[in-house]
Amino acid sequence: MNIIVCVKRVPLTQEVDLEIDPSKRDVRSDMLAYVMNEWDNYAIEEAILLKEKLEGTVTAMTIGSEDDEEVLRRCLAMGADKAIRVDPGTLELDSFTISKILAAVIKGLDHDLVLTGVQAEDNNEGAVGIMLAEHLGLAHSAVVVGIEPEGNEATIRVELEGGIDEVSKIGLPAVLSIQTGINEPRYVSIMGIRKAAKKELNVIELGELELSEDDLLTRTTIEEIFLPPETEGAEIIEGDASTIAEEIIRIIKEKGVSI
Amino acid sequence: MGEIFVVVEHREEEIREITFQMLWKANELAQALSHSLTAVLLCDNGEAFVPEIGDRADRVILVEDESLKNFSAERYKEILKGLIEEYNPFLTLMGHTPWGMEFAPALSIKTGLPLATDCVDILIEDGNPKVIRQIYNGKLFSKVSFKASEGYLITQRPGAFPTDKVGDRQGELIKKEIPADIPEPRKQFVEFVDTAAGEMDISQAEFLVSVGRGVGEEENIKVVQDLVDTLGGVISCSRPVVDKNWLPKFHQVGTSGKTVKPKVYLALGISGAFQHVAGISGAGTVIAVNKDKKAPIFRVADYGVVDDLFKVVEALKKKLSA
Ligand SMILES: Cc1cc2nc3c(=O)[nH]c(=O)nc-3n(C[C@H](O)[C@H](O)[C@H](O)COP(=O)(O)OP(=O)(O)OC[C@H]3O[C@@H](n4cnc5c(N)ncnc54)[C@H](O)[C@@H]3O)c2cc1C
Ligand SMILES: Nc1ncnc2c1ncn2[C@@H]1O[C@H](COP(=O)(O)O)[C@@H](O)[C@H]1O
Repeated sequence: MNIIVCVKRVPLTQEVDLEIDPSKRDVRSDMLAYVMNEWDNYAIEEAILLKEKLEGTVTAMTIGSEDDEEVLRRCLAMGADKAIRVDPGTLELDSFTISKILAAVIKGLDHDLVLTGVQAEDNNEGAVGIMLAEHLGLAHSAVVVGIEPEGNEATIRVELEGGIDEVSKIGLPAVLSIQTGINEPRYVSIMGIRKAAKKELNVIELGELELSEDDLLTRTTIEEIFLPPETEGAEIIEGDASTIAEEIIRIIKEKGVSI
Repeated sequence: MGEIFVVVEHREEEIREITFQMLWKANELAQALSHSLTAVLLCDNGEAFVPEIGDRADRVILVEDESLKNFSAERYKEILKGLIEEYNPFLTLMGHTPWGMEFAPALSIKTGLPLATDCVDILIEDGNPKVIRQIYNGKLFSKVSFKASEGYLITQRPGAFPTDKVGDRQGELIKKEIPADIPEPRKQFVEFVDTAAGEMDISQAEFLVSVGRGVGEEENIKVVQDLVDTLGGVISCSRPVVDKNWLPKFHQVGTSGKTVKPKVYLALGISGAFQHVAGISGAGTVIAVNKDKKAPIFRVADYGVVDDLFKVVEALKKKLSA
């Protein structure tokens, strides 16, 4: 089974005071640390688990700059066989252009399964995977929490609301967007990443791909980003730990909970 | 006069709440634009649904077929493409739900119409639609415009708008046949499985102490459990805690977990992603403890503590044992 996994490098934004850059269309990135998108971490693990069971190859792929190769090296260290980076140069990206570029590369590769994350942690769109499926003309499913391939189909579980899973059969090849919790991603050591440096990492320039001008034109544009409107928000409890604890206990009791 | 489409989402003989929320927003947009509002219903038995949505739309386009009993992204995308070509709606609203996520992006490619997902608001500026989205898990908002097009596709965030009936509309029922040449879907429904049931039902708890990824590691769950044992509440959690197997699934609060309605919800180290807070809208009072003063949870909480959760937990234990 040959599996392609699309991965993205995203900034860590918890416990960070995000600043908007002068263009007003992005955050100031110079202060941020980057990691692999959480959902993609589960997707690459799932691909490697399937490969360990069924043999074949795993190819990790990203569209991004040289700095983004960090996530590909991580995938290689986890057990991917090959990695591909497409350099978009200064091209403006949205889920449409990203899916077009991914499709142009994947078309030329052997694939029984293409995995993406459900969503990227930065823009939270949840669109690239299923757009990609349509470009490739493949069967597709989103928010997948289980995959069991058997011959030219797979039994999959899609996670719906309220803890309900939908079990289906899907024809392969297919594109699936992977939900967190589907597995337990393995630990990657710095040593592991160093060792994986010998594995193949190809860089493709946009010009090498069969893409028209229209294919590279975004369909959505971020006009501006802004801080959430000041709503009423929480009443902040201040003071030392003991005062805070007292206040919390008072509120809990006041609301009719007996403790 | 233009048109706004709302794609009805339903499951097991029931219309999903997101449908009413989309109809709510579509009503507002239709009024502002003097457009008509059309609910598009793909199902096996329309009679059951039409009365519920008929008075919220000017038209109900019903495609009724045995094969539409269960949701099928492939059938939805084929049928909707045909209807969009026939009616040319200015806007087509779909839910940003697992099912919406499975067909809306494919429909965008199939029709060539631009798509914006997970929108919390839809505006019209100079006749053009623009949407408001949340990025970085709600820490920032973005305003997004579309490439000029005949029509636009939007998926709406669940819970962004009310479910109430608004406007005064008399839905005319239009029945359509399922296209004869529609390909057999490559994905076939087998069954639904309930994974959230467990030893305990957190949705019945009066007082929940909820832990998020901020708890750091598995051992620390015990620290919080100790507090819960003294306080007398029930422990619940956000999704990453379940993903890491630190607590069983039946403790999870949120869209893919349980909807809860305690008198008090004490959130420890939870950032407040919409999929989480959607599960606590029925909570009486929310108290959030988070190190990050910009965490979105503080926008929905009644009380906030900007501090290390362990400091607060220890102080609470001390007070209670005193
Ligand atoms: C289809 C779908 C369904 C989903 N369903 C659900 C669902 O049902 N429920 C759910 O919860 N999520 C769900 N999610 C995931 C959701 O998007 C978020 O990823 C998740 O809620 C984040 O959980 P968290 O707040 O615990 O973690 P994080 O977002 O990582 O936040 C951790 C927080 O802890 C704070 N913190 C860290 N250390 C400390 C400390 N020592 N003291 C105090 N604060 C600290 C940080 O500042 C941060 O704000 C779903 C996602 C998708 C795509
Ligand atoms: N620049 C990128 N390179 C490779 N894959 C990507 C990129 N952006 C998004 N993806 C994939 O698409 C998924 C969904 O992203 P999004 O639709 O942007 O929320 C991610 O989890 C990745 O698997």
